[in-house]
Amino acid sequence: MKSTRSMVLVSSDPISKERGSDLVFDNLQQEIDAFGLNEEISLTKVGDVGRHDALPLVIVYPEATIYGPVKPDDVRFLVEEHLLKGRIAQELQASSKELTGKIAWVHARKGTLPAEQRIVLQRAGIIDPENIEEYIVNDGYLALGKVLSEITPKQLIEEIKNSGLRGRGGAGFPTGLKWSFVAGSPGKKKYVICNADESEPGTFKDRLILEGDPHSIIEAMAIAGYAVGADEGFIYIRGEYVLAQERLRKAILQAHEYGMLGKNIFNSNFSFDIHVHSGAGAYICGEETALIESIEGKRGEPRPRPPFPTTHGLWGKPTLVNNVETLANIPPIVRNGAKWYRSIGTPSSPGTKVYTILGNVNVTGLIEVPMGITLREVITIYAKGMKNNISFKVAQTGGSSGSIIPASLQDTPMDFDSFKNAGVALGSGALLICDENTCVVDLAKVLQNFFRKESCSKCNPCRIGNERAFQILENISQGTGTLEDLDDLALISKYMTEMSNCGLGQTAGTPVHDILNHFRAEVEAHIRLKVCPSGVCPMSGKRI
Amino acid sequence: MPSKNGKNRQIKEAVNSAIDKYGDSREELIPILNHVNRILGYLPAEALESISQRLKSPRSQLFSVASFYHMLSTKPRGKHVIQFCESAPCHVVGGKEVWQTLQDTLDIKDGETTSDGQWSLITTSCLGLCGVGPVIVVDDDAYGNVTPEQVKGILARYVQSEEK
Repeated sequence: MKSTRSMVLVSSDPISKERGSDLVFDNLQQEIDAFGLNEEISLTKVGDVGRHDALPLVIVYPEATIYGPVKPDDVRFLVEEHLLKGRIAQELQASSKELTGKIAWVHARKGTLPAEQRIVLQRAGIIDPENIEEYIVNDGYLALGKVLSEITPKQLIEEIKNSGLRGRGGAGFPTGLKWSFVAGSPGKKKYVICNADESEPGTFKDRLILEGDPHSIIEAMAIAGYAVGADEGFIYIRGEYVLAQERLRKAILQAHEYGMLGKNIFNSNFSFDIHVHSGAGAYICGEETALIESIEGKRGEPRPRPPFPTTHGLWGKPTLVNNVETLANIPPIVRNGAKWYRSIGTPSSPGTKVYTILGNVNVTGLIEVPMGITLREVITIYAKGMKNNISFKVAQTGGSSGSIIPASLQDTPMDFDSFKNAGVALGSGALLICDENTCVVDLAKVLQNFFRKESCSKCNPCRIGNERAFQILENISQGTGTLEDLDDLALISKYMTEMSNCGLGQTAGTPVHDILNHFRAEVEAHIRLKVCPSGVCPMSGKRI
Repeated sequence: MPSKNGKNRQIKEAVNSAIDKYGDSREELIPILNHVNRILGYLPAEALESISQRLKSPRSQLFSVASFYHMLSTKPRGKHVIQFCESAPCHVVGGKEVWQTLQDTLDIKDGETTSDGQWSLITTSCLGLCGVGPVIVVDDDAYGNVTPEQVKGILARYVQSEEK
């Protein structure tokens, strides 16, 4: 890479593209050429940069000045002011001065916010995801080389176990242990599957990794394949992620060209190939056995477990299924060692976690921080407080199957075990932060509606339970609920959790369980007083 | 309206191009259906029939798969398909009002198609663009931070581009 004095990044996610980021990029190129600056300045399109309040963004390093939303017509002024004259074009900066230079993606920056600690997103947003060479100069494929030349599969699995890495898909299962199960399963043919069917509402961390740093997943899958003895991998990616699919396919081709995939990688005995399999729109396919059914070309209905995919997975062969974010942790662990990884986060949940911040806050977007920070920190530091200073009422974590967390728990450290002890779940890392104008009955209704529609309808507790729970919530929101309904709701929630076949049904009762637990008075007000305290529910007097 | 022969030819071409691309094994069923659905806008019975012959698997199985996934439709859809995200993150930042405006503007409900065949309105779960909710997707274009006032303008873009 040539050395340049400034690096200019243009956000290139679907929303930015729709708002003309390609034209902004072309204009930048033109203007930089016109001013004769092309030797000094590098211009790169980057994936989603994790901020969504002023797209499209143009970011200029090393000053880390963030401009946005930038219109194609603004470009000339921006180039002239900042890149030619060296003055910050204040008129174009994102959300006034408060945010200037305070997003510390690259490294901790003195005098700015507590830095995020980026491990899995270390390259997302600062390299060109469509160029394998940029990945390679940023430590890319180093871990794969190290593994293939220095470490035995056994040692590798031991290292991952020692790192304490836990699955980032939501359940938090120890990754090294899962690897050892697959490695220990008899059979010559094994598979590695990357679960990129990110459908949990509010979660888009995997999209960011895939769009911004696709090679990291390819590298991690090859390492995983080496560890468990697989020679073939599948990336199951949801059909809606068109851009991420394109980038992955491109990245796989490049990896083949450079010998990072294919036969005898780095002249070792190890061969590995990866296929991209697009989903067709089904939340349930994020459940690993449903995902496997879907790759086999069937309806995405979960299989009964056991047997687990670690012994009977894709086409009946032992299969390792890991989430995108989990895999993205692998190359850094291999490069820096388990001890280094243990130094980040909390003892029971080492490492970082990527959170998506959504809802009624000033800054939405995505952060990667050590495990164990609290909701209050997220809201005040990273989200810049609640929008319009309306107070914080409730957060919903981990998409639909996460918990509804009342403000009283905002000082609980967010890691797998602390949350478990508090009776809530961390889930997949979405933090939907709601203010006082949010009605918990309405929120639970939306979540239940989601499960009602996404249930695969194979098993009764989930199919009937979700439908009935939704009807009851609908009645409560219309002012026609009864107190007996609440007992029914509690039972439905309990039975769904205990008797459903798969994770979807088992977690579908959570929203109801949580509102009855934490917000019973507000729910009862809907019934006893026929009033929605937040003024959200229609209260029309109809009953289904 | 294309003639019946024209329609059959279209279907045949779509199925052929899908099988050329993915092969005729049963495992590739979902990519094949996706491909055909993309070209034709939905999966007509004739297409399923033809795929079932080429893949040598029963139509019942194909239909069971085709009806399972949201992105596949066995019913004709309008010329433009509007997907509205109804998940919680979009809901709490004003999605409800946008949804109401969409229904009022087009005078149809969830899953329906306007009588002139121009628009279909469907709800969808999260599209992964939650940072900029409420989100709607028209055909392949995503729109974020949508307000009820913007709805008319967004729809108008698609009518205009046809007149050009």
